[in-house]
Amino acid sequence: MTTGTPTTVRQRDGVAVIDVRGDVDSRAEEALDAAWNEALAGRPSAVALNFSDTGYINSTGIALVVGILAAARAQRLPVRAFGLSPHYLEIFEITRLADFLTISADEDTAIDDPGNTTGREHR
Amino acid sequence: MATLTGSLRRRRHRRVAASPLPVAPTASEQVAPVDIAPNDPLLAYLQSAHGPVDLETLDLDSSALSELRAVGVKLSVPLISQGELIGVLNVGPRRSEQDYSIDDRRLLDSLATQAAPALRVGQLVRQQEAEARTRQRFEQELEVARLIQKNFLPHDLPQLEGWDVAAYYQPAREVGGDFYDVIPLPGGHVGFVIGDVTDKGVPAALVMAATRSVLRAFAQQSAAPGTVLERVNEHLHPDMPEKMFVTCFYGVLDPRSGVLRFANAGHDVPYLKTAGGCVELRARGMPLGLMPGMAYEEKEVVFEAGDSLLLHSDGIVEAHDPARQMFGFETLKAAVARHPGGTEAIARVLADVRQHTGPDAEQEDDITMVTVQRWPDGPGRERIVLDLDVESREGNERGVAAQVAAEVSGLGLSEARLDRLRTAVAEATMNAMEHGNSYRADLPVRVQVSVGPEQVRVRISDHGQPGPEPVEQPDLEAKLAGLQRPRGWGLFLIKAMVDDLEETTSDGRHTVQLTMRRGEQ
Repeated sequence: MTTGTPTTVRQRDGVAVIDVRGDVDSRAEEALDAAWNEALAGRPSAVALNFSDTGYINSTGIALVVGILAAARAQRLPVRAFGLSPHYLEIFEITRLADFLTISADEDTAIDDPGNTTGREHR
Repeated sequence: MATLTGSLRRRRHRRVAASPLPVAPTASEQVAPVDIAPNDPLLAYLQSAHGPVDLETLDLDSSALSELRAVGVKLSVPLISQGELIGVLNVGPRRSEQDYSIDDRRLLDSLATQAAPALRVGQLVRQQEAEARTRQRFEQELEVARLIQKNFLPHDLPQLEGWDVAAYYQPAREVGGDFYDVIPLPGGHVGFVIGDVTDKGVPAALVMAATRSVLRAFAQQSAAPGTVLERVNEHLHPDMPEKMFVTCFYGVLDPRSGVLRFANAGHDVPYLKTAGGCVELRARGMPLGLMPGMAYEEKEVVFEAGDSLLLHSDGIVEAHDPARQMFGFETLKAAVARHPGGTEAIARVLADVRQHTGPDAEQEDDITMVTVQRWPDGPGRERIVLDLDVESREGNERGVAAQVAAEVSGLGLSEARLDRLRTAVAEATMNAMEHGNSYRADLPVRVQVSVGPEQVRVRISDHGQPGPEPVEQPDLEAKLAGLQRPRGWGLFLIKAMVDDLEETTSDGRHTVQLTMRRGEQ
């Protein structure tokens, strides 16, 4: 994360929320890995990625999200995302990430009612 | 060859009776080295001698022999290393005043045999040190010449509405005397100069600097290029070093009318690419600094829309192929006629020259080109709004993307399309830095943005080649199943973000051109 603000993990209603802060590029790998492991340790029912404070996601960052999705798939754990700007929402759709995680407009929706969203549920 | 002096002492006084300790020679006991001329017969004698040579009984017509005898040398012991005489050990009389015994001579011979290789090593070390100092001095002089040239070439080219101006300068390893200049003149006119000083290195660089400064000064005093060259010649001639002169083309452009008035002091003829073919801009005149009182013919040409002028130095036409055939004027003229004009002409001509010389050939002379193109009419017209070199360092793509977006905002791209362009530029720059330049600090990525009436183009060039294999199309399901690596999204994203993507490779540079149409939502 280039901003120096740490990515954090919190639990809300059984869902682990990863607040992804700063840039999601090659330098974010370590922080995202650590956050993912911390999220799993709480045995959540789902993981939600909060991109509200994310400024820049590049192709390496997309690869990191793919890595999280692959790990979640192995754990049979649903992944949700919210807080994406319209531009990155478009990129998640172009890359088909939106087909493999549930994209919500905000955190409440991501936690409470992920089915009623712009994206499709994890499969 | 200097003889060894450490063991040679002139006996000036009798020593006190037998001292139990060895006595070091005093300064007064030292003698000056005796130089032996390379053609002195003593050298040939010592070369073939076996062991110490008694100088008192030696019968040779040798001035060195006389000189050695005069300073009190009794024996000369040749120092031979690998069959070569590399020095002589000269010894004076024994302190006991007795003759040297056979044992003494054996001892000296043995000493010489052991000392010679060590002496040879010392000589070689000194020789290598001297050569290294010479090389270092040569490199320093080259660096000075480069610095002078760099400081006297324009740092920025003027932005002329309706015109594209570009320049290329690549010094040879042994820096030549090429120079170019673009001079803002009164009335909105612009002076274009290209020149070449005979000779190389620091002398050429100094004459180049003087010529450039004098020409700049006189250019402000007269709008007539012939008059300017006359005055420059008069000014330079008295102080021009022997066998040096300067060839120089000087043209004054009125950007509004497209009229170029020019004169030429013996420089290679520039070419004007027009709709009707390639035109040579000829004007008579002697090189600068050769003789006083020279007159310079003045000519005039009018640029039509799309016309493109190429000023060039002899490093292009005199580039040789492996069979020593020169690139030549006719080849260059044909290339100018065949290739697009403006900035593109520079890249294409360089590629042609490289193809002629072979990719690994060392550049023989400085290569300098300046192009001046009047914008074409119609939709093809473009102007360069940003041209920068970016260090290949991780993270720099962010700054490039921001600069490009700032430069083209307000040109009819919606916010969403501006975001797309920003992402595409960042990805393409990152690819260029990582895959093209391997993140080498000495290989910058060039980013050029041009704007036309209907489109914005971003060209991103690196020093790499496109990969031999087609890039794998990313498939998310395959990636999630572990059948593809998670990475590999870059080119896919770029293609998805822009209206058109084109990849070209020319002259060792790989270029990705991104196009966004203006006005689309």
